[in-house]
Amino acid sequence: MAADSALLLGLVEEFVLGQQDRKAVDTATGKLKAGQFTILQLVEALGLHLTSSQPQTRGRGVQLLSNVLQECYGDLTEREVKVLIVFYENRLKDHYVITPHVIQGLKALTKCSVLPPGSAVSILKSLFQDIHVQSLMLAERSCVYNILIQLMESRESELKGLGADFVFGFVQSVDGERDPRNLLLAFHIARKIVHEGYDLGKFTEELFEVTSCYFPIDFSPPANDPHGITQEELVLALRVVLTGTPRFAEFLLPLIIEKLDSDVQSAKLDSLQTLTACASVYEHKDLAQFLPGLWASLRREVFQTASERVESAGLAAVGTLTACLSRSVLNSDSEDSLNVFLELVLKDCQHHLCEPDLKLVWPSAKLLQATSTASYRASHRVAAAVLPSLIEQYNSRTQCAQRRTLLEVLQGFVHPVTSSEEDESVLLDFRQSLCSIVFSALSESNADLQITSMRLLTALGQQTGLLLESDVELAVDHLTRLILEEGDPKVSLAVVECAGALARLHPAAFISKMVPRLKEEIFSGGLRSKAVRQRCVAALAAVSSRPSLVQESTPVLLQVLTSAHTGTGAFSLEEVISVCHSLQKIAEQAQDTEETGGVFHDVIPRLLGLALQAALQGSSGHCSPILEETVLSAMVPIISTTCARLQSRLAGQTASLAVSLFLDGDVSFLPENAFPTQIQLLKVSQSQMVCLLMGCVCWLPRTVEVPQMDRLLLELEELSCTCDHPLSYTSAAKCYAGLVNKSPAGEVLDSLIDRTLKRISTELDSASSPVRTQAFTLLLWVSKALLLRYHPLSTALTDKLFSLLSDPELGWLAADGFSLLMSDSPDVLNRGSHADVRIMYRQRFFTENSAKLVEGFNAAVQEKKSGYLKALSHIVNNLPRQVQLTELPALLPLLLEALSCPDQGVQVSTLSCLQPVLLDPPSALITQLEVLVGRTLALTTSPTMKVRIASLRCIHALSRFPEHEIMPFRARVLRALAAPLDDHKRVVRSEAAVARNEW
Amino acid sequence: MSGGARLENANPLIFQRTGERLQTANDEDEDVADPIDDREIFDLIRSINDPEHPLSFEELNVVEQVRVRVDDQENTVGVEFTPTIPHCSMATLIGLSIKVKLLRSLPERFKIDVHITPGTHASEDTVNKQLADKERVAAALENSQLLEVVNQCLISNARTG
Repeated sequence: MAADSALLLGLVEEFVLGQQDRKAVDTATGKLKAGQFTILQLVEALGLHLTSSQPQTRGRGVQLLSNVLQECYGDLTEREVKVLIVFYENRLKDHYVITPHVIQGLKALTKCSVLPPGSAVSILKSLFQDIHVQSLMLAERSCVYNILIQLMESRESELKGLGADFVFGFVQSVDGERDPRNLLLAFHIARKIVHEGYDLGKFTEELFEVTSCYFPIDFSPPANDPHGITQEELVLALRVVLTGTPRFAEFLLPLIIEKLDSDVQSAKLDSLQTLTACASVYEHKDLAQFLPGLWASLRREVFQTASERVESAGLAAVGTLTACLSRSVLNSDSEDSLNVFLELVLKDCQHHLCEPDLKLVWPSAKLLQATSTASYRASHRVAAAVLPSLIEQYNSRTQCAQRRTLLEVLQGFVHPVTSSEEDESVLLDFRQSLCSIVFSALSESNADLQITSMRLLTALGQQTGLLLESDVELAVDHLTRLILEEGDPKVSLAVVECAGALARLHPAAFISKMVPRLKEEIFSGGLRSKAVRQRCVAALAAVSSRPSLVQESTPVLLQVLTSAHTGTGAFSLEEVISVCHSLQKIAEQAQDTEETGGVFHDVIPRLLGLALQAALQGSSGHCSPILEETVLSAMVPIISTTCARLQSRLAGQTASLAVSLFLDGDVSFLPENAFPTQIQLLKVSQSQMVCLLMGCVCWLPRTVEVPQMDRLLLELEELSCTCDHPLSYTSAAKCYAGLVNKSPAGEVLDSLIDRTLKRISTELDSASSPVRTQAFTLLLWVSKALLLRYHPLSTALTDKLFSLLSDPELGWLAADGFSLLMSDSPDVLNRGSHADVRIMYRQRFFTENSAKLVEGFNAAVQEKKSGYLKALSHIVNNLPRQVQLTELPALLPLLLEALSCPDQGVQVSTLSCLQPVLLDPPSALITQLEVLVGRTLALTTSPTMKVRIASLRCIHALSRFPEHEIMPFRARVLRALAAPLDDHKRVVRSEAAVARNEW
Repeated sequence: MSGGARLENANPLIFQRTGERLQTANDEDEDVADPIDDREIFDLIRSINDPEHPLSFEELNVVEQVRVRVDDQENTVGVEFTPTIPHCSMATLIGLSIKVKLLRSLPERFKIDVHITPGTHASEDTVNKQLADKERVAAALENSQLLEVVNQCLISNARTG
């Protein structure tokens, strides 16, 4: 014990004399925690120093004690704490050099869980009384704020007992704070005061003053700010304080009005957002007195705005203000402030709506719309005031541009009111006249008018009760007429959109009116032009979203295919293809129900049947359009989209039917059963139908098992390796790959792949083999299938691909193959087809193989190098940007090399890969700027247009490099860009103009 | 602030023209030369921003396609612009920004002539004289402050166009 106290005395001595710092504190803390001595003994040991006549010595003494306390405040007993607090409070009155340490000690003590009752109040009292916070240093001020926060959290009720004195003390200590870090703390305290119901007493205004003097916050953090405080943080922290209580209203609102006059954009924006925030808290009586002032400022902001952000913030503020006013419960003696406000708005905006030529129509309309969206009452009021005059004007004006503007304004008013769910629509009173306007506009000949009126019609249709049954029918008639008569592509697009939207809500009218009419038109023979039929088909596709409509429309489209096949309808090839696209679109948008599933389940056999008939006839002379490759390729997505969405029962059925058709020639499920019984679809003559098989089996959900898998795979492999018809062997390879991708991992799969790989290798290795291309195609697709699912064997296959890059015959194809490997293919092996696609397979492939590629490039002879460059640029092009940026420094020399490669394909691909990177240049690029500028400028005179365009885009991107870097090149670039300005292709010229203007 | 400006006047031709042009490019690729035409010049200047409003010249009807004259063979370009009001103080600035834009975007062989649509501005002659005077234009562009304002008008059009 004696030894301990001697040690302690020694420690204290050393610390106070300044010989030791951290170590003394650590030792003391350690011993104290270990229970070797108590805090009391420490104080006793310090005794002499704490009472020394030298302030410095006293300071060191207190510092040691405070430092120790900071470490072990948790171990103190209540009595100890009480004594220490009294001591520290006393020390606050001491010499100023001691104060920082005292505050540190107090902060440690406030963290004690055993803080005796009443001490919180006394600490604060002495703090507020004895020190002037703002004359302290930064760290000590922060300490004081932390003490406040700590006490507010642990001793809330005691502090509230202090009443307004607490607020006053806070106000005094914060007044004049400048450091953003401390301000965040101060705002935090203020927020607590405001939100947790501390008594503000008569100090409301003071509290407001002391915080609002920072509004609006203008803070730009120093460049290398280690604290990471943003303006945004400060703004939000302050906003929460200011908008916290309605009691600030009388001070805040004038301040906002004043700050809205500011020229600084951010100040305006902040004021508007603060106004929006407070309007959602305040009540009408807080606002009432300031309404005219607020409105004047808001109106000015929206009417004369220079930036969209200010405008939309202003509109939002108007909206919340209105909503706030609408919430108010009226007393009998107060006037309705909502009415007052709306009066103001209407007075200033309404008359602008009567001048549809002038600029202010739009801001006025937007303001009115913002108020009317805010509440039901407001919308009632505004609609009643505005709509009649708009409608009347529409009817009296004759110029199309004016009428169109009026329609657009009307549409704006129709939209927002959707928010009032239960109340009957405000627009009900104007239903009749609105409808008649729409229909009269629809029958105008002006395209813009038609388009706008269709938008309005759609908006009306979205609301219940605004379109009666008869109106819908009339609308459908109009739409049908427009489809048949209007050739303007913009109008047709709008018709299709509008019809699609309405058909979802009112299918019946479309079934009874539109579908039969369109059908009639489609089959009416050659009287109408092709374009009309095309539009009919597109419209049919657009309206088919409800099962009932799908049931009506798909037979029509299928019938087109049939009659095209038999040659009765005189449908051209493009029409057949567009019909296929429409069917695909229907399959995509149809709601996923049992019913539609059933409809499409029947579509597949019919398509297969048609294709088969065509194929069989094809061999006997008559040539049906269905036989064309383009048509078949267009049929594939119909089948695949359908299959991907089939429920599992139907899916299983479809799979087994399709497989038995292709393997065994089982035609029994096809309609119009008139096929020869023994047909072999996977044999040469009808082989191109295999793409339909691919669409079917490769897109089924993974849970559905494909029957006779082994046999199917075997046949597909055979076909893909022997057939000499490109579509057939490619489809077979794709189909094979799609199945391999989904089949379960295991030995069966491994041996299968082994077998295939062997076969491919044999074919590829014999230079004279006639089917090398076929073998390569199969290799490529299987590699992709395995790569996507991270199969361990995929490396073997991709290595094979790499080795092919130097192949004299296939090298070029192989290089292009890498783009296929890295990109998503639309018809198979993608997520839509339920394929097994792991995330980030591209990155993985890249990291595993980029080294090989570079090696191969370096080893290759000069003529072969371009193949590697091409492969590289394909791979890099498909990588996500993040990876591109990190990998770029290593690859840059190669890519720059690629720019000077004579192959134009490589040039385009490299440029298009560089361009996005240039938009956000990494530092590695800047060091290479000289070469980069030189090479790209050289390419601007390339004979190929695409290269010229791509290089000009790169140069455009280069202009965003740091000013000092590009300055030396400016004159050179400008001179060089003068040449493409006179290019003979307009597209090139416009790119050059854009780039040159930037430079 | 009661509407000194015209309502935005979206040009329905824009869309069609762009489509047409793309097709030419694809169809006839390298061999056919597209001459520089009115439309192309108009495309260059229509998206310049007005110095006062956040609207483009096209929206304010300051420039119109019919008021653009191009002769590719003779290497001349003529643009007439219409200030929104007869006393518009910005007329010179508008003309200057059109001129600068064209100088930067057209091959050097062209002679560029920018002037006010006859009868639409109070001090038409003065402004026209200023704009036609090569040296005054050059001098104006030496003035860094003025250049800044002109660039401001031109900058935002790169974003939209």
